[in-house]
Amino acid sequence: MIYLNSFLFCGLVCLLGQIILDNTKLTPGHITTIFVVLGAFLDIFGIYDRIILWAGGGACVPITSFGHLLIHGAMASAADYGIMGLMMGIFNLTASGIASAIIFSFFLSFIFQPKD
Amino acid sequence: MEKRKYQGIVNKYTPKENRMYNGLVAFVVGGLMGVLGEILMELYSYYLNIPYKEASVFMIVTLIFIGCLLTCLGFFDRAVHFAKCGLIVPITGFAHAMQSAALEFRKEGMIMGLGANMFKLSGSVIIFGVVSAYVFGLLRLLIMGA
Repeated sequence: MIYLNSFLFCGLVCLLGQIILDNTKLTPGHITTIFVVLGAFLDIFGIYDRIILWAGGGACVPITSFGHLLIHGAMASAADYGIMGLMMGIFNLTASGIASAIIFSFFLSFIFQPKD
Repeated sequence: MEKRKYQGIVNKYTPKENRMYNGLVAFVVGGLMGVLGEILMELYSYYLNIPYKEASVFMIVTLIFIGCLLTCLGFFDRAVHFAKCGLIVPITGFAHAMQSAALEFRKEGMIMGLGANMFKLSGSVIIFGVVSAYVFGLLRLLIMGA
């Protein structure tokens, strides 16, 4: 059942992006940025946590989960250290994603040549 | 008058994209990416004995690696041309943006090329994400407490 839920949620997010891409002049860069801000916004009242419980991995794959993890790490750290904790913990949960993207693309760019 | 005429001619010859078809492809491909993420999460939490929540980190790293490698091999550009937002919106799009910038600017040198331009396409995601997360987190902290 959770496979169906993750298929539906991830597919609907992608469909929303495709509708925006086809009907406006926005580029893919605009769309990913909009979705990150949307994911952070949905986490203000904890809505995204409930979506993750419902859709499992399907809610962790779209770029909206990146915004959710940013604000989630910030709030977890803010619970301990107050207002300064927001800045201390903002990269706590997304560090693995950003670091792995930097490291893989750094080393792979030595091995491969750009196509065309 | 001339301008309107020209616009009419441009509109006549712009290739019409089939929006229904694009949306359907994006929905199916994006949904399959979600199912793949769910399967990876369950495999990791089952075989490595880690909690389900931590497994999402492993899954994201795996998907980023797949995105980087396929971009290097040249498959990903063709796949994005076919599926568009079905592959851009999942986390593979982030890896693709970063890897293509790294590949493109490496020939301009190590520091001024690769180092300065690696975040050229994907930097906006991180910057706007951090700023919005900070603002929303501050709002939530002030309104609802930690």
